[in-house]
Formats: sequence, C-alpha cells, structure tokens
Amino acid sequence: MSRTLSYREALHDAHFQALSEDPRVFLVGEDVNCYGGTYAVSKGLADHFGADRVIDAPLSESGFVGAGIGAAMGGLRPIVEVMTVNFSLLALDQIVNAAATLRHMSGGQISVPLVIRMAMGAGRQLAAQHSHSLEGWYAHVPGLRVVAPATVADARGMLLTALADPDPVIIFEHVGLLALTDELPDDAGAVEIDHAAVRREGSDVSLITWGGNLPKALEAARQLEAAGISAEVLDLRTLRPLDDAAIVASVSKTHRAVVIDEMWKTGSFAAEVCTRIMEQAFFELDAPLRRVCSAEVPIPYARHMELAALPSVEQIVQAATEIARHE
Amino acid sequence: MSTLPDQARCHALYRQMLRIRRFEERCGELYKQQKIRGFLHLYIGEEAIATGVIDRLEPRDVISATYREHGHALVRGVSMRAIMAEMYGKVAGCSRGRGGSMHLFDVQRGFLGGHAIVGAGLPIAVGLAMARKRLDQGAISVCFFGEGAAAEGEFHEALNLAALWELPVLFVCENNGYAMGTALARSESQTDIHLKAQAYKIRAEVVDGMDVLAVDEAAQRAISAIRADLKPYFLECRTYRFRPHSMFDPELYREQAEVSEWKKKDPLLTFRAQCETAGLLDEAAVQAMEQEIASEIEDAVQFSEQAEWEAESDLLKDVYTPRGAP
Ligand SMILES: Cc1ncc(C[n+]2csc(CCOP(=O)(O)OP(=O)(O)O)c2C)c(N)n1
Ligand SMILES: [Mg+2]
Repeated sequence: MSRTLSYREALHDAHFQALSEDPRVFLVGEDVNCYGGTYAVSKGLADHFGADRVIDAPLSESGFVGAGIGAAMGGLRPIVEVMTVNFSLLALDQIVNAAATLRHMSGGQISVPLVIRMAMGAGRQLAAQHSHSLEGWYAHVPGLRVVAPATVADARGMLLTALADPDPVIIFEHVGLLALTDELPDDAGAVEIDHAAVRREGSDVSLITWGGNLPKALEAARQLEAAGISAEVLDLRTLRPLDDAAIVASVSKTHRAVVIDEMWKTGSFAAEVCTRIMEQAFFELDAPLRRVCSAEVPIPYARHMELAALPSVEQIVQAATEIARHE
Repeated sequence: MSTLPDQARCHALYRQMLRIRRFEERCGELYKQQKIRGFLHLYIGEEAIATGVIDRLEPRDVISATYREHGHALVRGVSMRAIMAEMYGKVAGCSRGRGGSMHLFDVQRGFLGGHAIVGAGLPIAVGLAMARKRLDQGAISVCFFGEGAAAEGEFHEALNLAALWELPVLFVCENNGYAMGTALARSESQTDIHLKAQAYKIRAEVVDGMDVLAVDEAAQRAISAIRADLKPYFLECRTYRFRPHSMFDPELYREQAEVSEWKKKDPLLTFRAQCETAGLLDEAAVQAMEQEIASEIEDAVQFSEQAEWEAESDLLKDVYTPRGAP
C-alpha cells in the first residue's frame, strides 16, 4: 500500500517514528511545541510525546545547539531544529568549534551523535536576512556530515539514518520543497545517505544539483528534451562526504555538466563539484563546465529582483544548450 | 495615571498613535491582496511606545529597531509614501525596494533599520552610541527590541559593553509577553527583564507600555539622564500585540480571552477616554484626524501603486559603495 504525502508531512512522520522508536531521541528548537513549529513540521508532536521530548527553546541558538552537543555526548539523541540557516550563524561557534571537532580533539574518545535540522533557501520575498543558502559552508568542515533531502522519500528517510549516525549530521530542508508531494509506500522509512541518485537518465549533459533546486533541474531537463537534448539529472543528496564516483560516472557518460547551486557563485559548493570533475574526469569532458548560481548580491525583497538573483530554469536550459552544442 | 499635558500635545500624541494604527490596518489589507509580500509584522497594540519615546528625541539622535518597525519609522518622520513604497518593493521605497517591511532605513532621519535577526540590533546600537559620543557629544542611540531578545547572548554582551564603556544608549524593551508563540515565562527564568539590565549596573525601570503618557514621562527621564552623563538607560515597556506575530501565525499558543482582556487597555482607547474626560479631545477633532490620516494613507497607496519597479539591470547595485564616494 502507498499514500500521497507532502515533504512537510514526511518530515513530521519521520520525527514521529524517531520519537516512538528511541526514548533517547528528543526535539528541541524555537517554537517547535506551542507555536506548532515554524513550518508546522512538529505540529502535534508534543501532544503525543510530551513537552519534555518536544522542547521549546528560548531565542538562544548558541545555547540550545551547545546543549544539544552536550546531550549527544552524554548519551541522548537530540534533534536540534534551528529555525532557518540564517539563525544558525549565531550557533556557528558551537557547530564548527565544538560539534565538528570533539571527536578528533579527544583522540577519538567522544562521539557527538547530534542531528541539526535547518530550513533554508530563498523564493518567498523574505529579503536579505532570511533567504540564505549556506550548506556549502557547513560542507567545508571535516567532522560534520551534511545532507539535503530533495524528495519526499528523502525527507521521510534521511532523519532516521542521520540519527543512527554516531557523528553530527546537518539536514538542510529548502523551504521551497515543503509543499512538494509524492506517493510513498506505507512502510517507507530510513534511506541510505552515502550515495547520490540519478533522478533522470540522460546522455547529452549532466545537470548536477541537490535540495531545493532539484525541481528546477528536472523541469529544465523536460524542456531540453523537447529541444532534442537528453539531460541526466544527478541529485547529490549528501554534500559531505561527496559521492565523487556518482559524479564521475555521470560526466563520463554525458561528457558535459552544469552544476546548479543557490549559493552565491564565488566560493559556492558548485565550485567544489566542478573542481572534483576537473581533478577526476578532465579527459571525459567535451565542453567547459558551467555553473548556475545566485547572483552576487544579498537577496533583494522585490519579487522581480529576487527572481533575477536566483538560479532559474531558463538559465539552466541556456547553459545546458550552449555546452551541448559545443563540439 | 499621569497628568495630561496641554491640548496641542494631547492631540499630537493621539494623532501619531492613530496614524500608526490606521496605516498598519491598511498594510494588513494590502497583504491579503498580495500587494505586500514576505513577512509582515504588525505593531498594533504597541503604538504608545514608539510614539512616547521617539517624539522626545532630537534629529541628531539615531534609532535602530526590529522587523516590527513601521510605527517607529512613521513617528521618526520617514515619509509614509517611502515606507509604503518599500513594502510594495518599489524603487521609490525608503530602502529602494531591497529591504521590504522588515528592513526600513532612512539615514537622513537617523533611522538605521529594520534588523530581523533577534538581538542583533543591540550591539549595533552600542557601536552607534560610540560614534555619537565621539562625534557629537550629547547625541544618543536608541534601540528598540522585543523581550525575546533577552534570551540571546548578544543582549547580555551589548548591555555589558554599554555599561562598561559608558555609552549613551537608550535600550527600549518592548515586552509584549511573547516571542512568536513562546510566552515569556516559558523562556526566561527571570521574567523581570529590567532586573537583567540592573545586573549590569544600568539604570532601569518598568513602564506601562499601554499608556502613552507613562512612556513619554519615562522617556524624558531617561533621555535627560543619558544626555547629562552619557551613560545607558533601560526601559522595559510592558505591552501586548493584538495581532498574530506575522501574517503566517495561526495563534495556537494564546487564548482569545487574553487578547480581549488586553484590548481593554488599548493605548488609543484609554488615552482618548482620558483626554475626553478632561475636555481636551472630542469626536469632531478625532474625525478630523481620521480624515487627514485616511487621505495620507490613500496618497501613500496611490504613490506606491504608480511608482516604478527597479530595472532588473540594476540587480548588482548597492552591494559595495562606489569607489570615490564618501
Ligand atoms: C536570531 C533569531 N532567531 C530566530 C528568529 C525568528 N524570529 C523572528 S521574530 C521572533 C520572536 C521575537 O520575539 P520578541 O523579541 O519578543 O519580539 P516581538 O516579535 O514580540 O516584537 C523569532 C523567534 C530571528 N528572527 N532571529
Ligand atoms: Mg515579544
């Protein structure tokens, strides 16, 4: 049996399952309980599991992320929700200087089995302080694992796998995906988080992306097909550690690639992906690599300016078309 | 209750509060019509605070506030047209359409944001005070923020710095009892916020934030004390927001009865009644104000409707200061 559910519901169900299966698991974050969850992911969970397992935190990101680290070191399995990635900057010290380093600094004596979830991404006219894509910053840091569910199945399954991981895992949930729906089997559950996934097979060009830009890449692939170009869409899923083999395999097949990333182009995660292709598959390439990233500007409020700043289907189609024609 | 000032001042205070109220009611409607987008946080119920404090400032003073700052900008004299156009996302807006409702700026009027990271405005206000103190002795930096900020480290760091470095900052905590859905008692072990300021040796008092005269008096006390010795002062104004946190809030966390109870203390209603009893305000005067304000709002809406969209080719503008500019 199967049923249709949204990305948001899938996240909710994953929390329900995690809280049911392991008494060490708890969820903490701003407004996860009484408010009903900023994005309604945790709505109703406290009614079922109680306020000491679905914990409203005061506005103190560094404090409650740090507490999550301590709780994880002490034997619990916290899920820390940081409302959105922009607010995680107040907790950057705890994440980068503590969560990521404790295992190493202690000579392997300590593990930090912590899951941090963050909403992210632009597209809702929330302007320059509420629209960030910074997953590449976190993917920069050894000691962390970084995942970006782009499908309903991954939203349903990645949390459970992340909780089973002995080290800190950060899950980026793009707000543009929350309303996405898909049909999942009733027994849908944990998914592996070690590999990228080909979301659409193709032979002429690889569109490589993750998270919130997967729908744009898929739409671009449909439009390219109509124009006679066969695009393969690769969803990276996990940004650290990166599945190099999947990237190389796709590029070795298509010999061309466009990397789509909502980060700003300078120092983007797309830059890392392109470099790996250059290092590992340079002689497979028939055309220069292309990146479609956000424009180098804080995200503007006005709708048309915001759209102009973000990667678009048209830009992806254009970049793919240009390199597909390249001999 | 405080004693009433003269009639002209009573009218000015009432008119200012009414202006904020009507402006924001219109903003709420425009949001439903999708003219205003993104996040919109209304100040309705809290008007007495911005009105009472900002009115006592001088042009050389500077103000910083949060995302709930339309009222503050209006009282400070940022034009209603420029505020409305900003919310429309038009280039004629006070932040050229780049900021929206949460990021109103008008440097000419010393209105320096519009900060939407909770707590982040306080250290910035401390720095502004350093600059004011060195460049214009006697000028002060006023910082508005919600009680939710008191849980952030930056609140504590900023208070300590302001006290330690003896800086002319007026901290105005708009304690409306909730940070989104989190009631104060569910987020603070010590709910008397002003005591936290006292712990940093900052002069601090609690003010009835629903009473514009109480705010006005406290602001005068605080401002003259700061101008005299250039040291910080802290006002905890107890208030209530009548509307949801933003336009997305289903308000699951509070009872309608609580909202109704606070609405009895509506700063416009209570102040109007007080003035009427004293014979300082009547229906005709209020009607005249309503009409003036309605036409000011209508003008701002028409202006915003007709204003231009910024050209897309300007997308990369204002990321850096042009070289050679001051
Ligand atoms: C650092 C940070 N964390 C979370 C948020 C999300 N957020 C926006 S407003 C708000 C509540 C703030 O409450 P308060 O400071 O009391 O101000 P009020 O909205 O009541 O005026 C929260 C949690 C934020 N903007 N900044
Ligand atoms: Mg508040």
